[in-house]
Amino acid sequence: MNSEAILPQTTPAAAMIRTLGLLSAICGLIIVAAYQLTYDAVQENKRIAVERAVFKVIPAAKSIVEYSALPTGEVEVIGAGGATPPGALKFYAGYDAAGRLAGIAAEGAAKGYADTVRILFAYDPATSSIPAYSVVAMRETPGIGDKILVDKDFLASFPLEAKLSADLKALANAIITVKHGSKTKPWEVDAISGATITSRAVGKAINDAAQALLPRVAPNLDKLKEKS
Amino acid sequence: MSQPAGKMSARNWDEFMEGVWRQNPVFVMVLGMCPTLAVTVSGVNALSMGLATAFVLVCSCGLVSLLRKLIPKEVRIATYIVIIATFVTVVDYVIQAVSLALYDALGAFIQLIVVNCIILGRAEAHASKNPPMAAMTNALGMGVGFTIGLLALGTVREILGAGSLFGVSLFGADFQPWVIMVLPPGGFFVLGTWLLFFAALERRKQRKLAEATQNA
Repeated sequence: MNSEAILPQTTPAAAMIRTLGLLSAICGLIIVAAYQLTYDAVQENKRIAVERAVFKVIPAAKSIVEYSALPTGEVEVIGAGGATPPGALKFYAGYDAAGRLAGIAAEGAAKGYADTVRILFAYDPATSSIPAYSVVAMRETPGIGDKILVDKDFLASFPLEAKLSADLKALANAIITVKHGSKTKPWEVDAISGATITSRAVGKAINDAAQALLPRVAPNLDKLKEKS
Repeated sequence: MSQPAGKMSARNWDEFMEGVWRQNPVFVMVLGMCPTLAVTVSGVNALSMGLATAFVLVCSCGLVSLLRKLIPKEVRIATYIVIIATFVTVVDYVIQAVSLALYDALGAFIQLIVVNCIILGRAEAHASKNPPMAAMTNALGMGVGFTIGLLALGTVREILGAGSLFGVSLFGADFQPWVIMVLPPGGFFVLGTWLLFFAALERRKQRKLAEATQNA
């Protein structure tokens, strides 16, 4: 090794290209093989993760159907692996064992303390309320922001009232997070003291998503009633 | 294989223990601190990160060692990175297939194994100069050593910061978690304490050695 270092030898470019080419071929094969072998398991995992999240917020649901709510006010089923058209909002309809609509679930997102807090909330058309929510992803401070999962007073804010206004264009009362202990209305979220920013993010995420989605879903509820 | 079997395995054992103990990547070389501090908030995270890194280490050192006569020195770093990145991609898919929750918990740190200096360091310093068996044994030792290092941090931080071990609650509902231990400063506290412990061990060993030579 040392004798080579004293007399610097240059490797011909052809040798470098040969080595890198050979290596790229080997590595490409390994990656493609790994992708092919794990593809089914990964897709299955993703499906189970979505199902589990929806079943958590709609406990009565036994099966789910993915829908997209189009800007034109229509709803259509998203096929397996299908993409949502531009401007459409994705939501899940949960059906009970008898195939009746048990609830609707959709994702919402809002800026929290550390990063965007992504949540999934349920909507119960029978009572026009939001009975529960769960967190899809968050990077809030452990022990402080993540209290939104366990704090009793905060979780007691649910169900939240989510009635639409008379013209079906928006919610009659916007869902809003209020200071800890000052919740008086059924559409208010009781903030956690010390985790106000994260609490507000949950309220805002639900409000933004519900304001956009529910006016599109409400006229189509009859179509969603039975599992198609 | 002309050597006696006993001698061969002793050499292998030596090569293996190099990374596990004498040159432990976390506690002796203090390498790869980024994942060490960031993902060790729980035992499960630490274990899976350690195993993922060990897998990438062994596979890439094996391939680097196999190709060592073919790799021109001008492009060796590029070659190592391509090889390492390949196995990181494989690990990335495998973890997604095993558990999405784990994949989310480890986040970007799986992809960042590519630039983990332990792996590049092993490829450059050891695998490029040794036959595949020796290179993979050494890499396995380093991987196990790294996993032990991560587990040492992860278990302590999980016990103190969440009151559980591998997700099993240890102290019941009345336990008030020491939250700072699962926050970034806790990583530095626990790592510092472990380094202190190993430095004290090392110093004691040297004192004993000095006494022994004086007596002789």
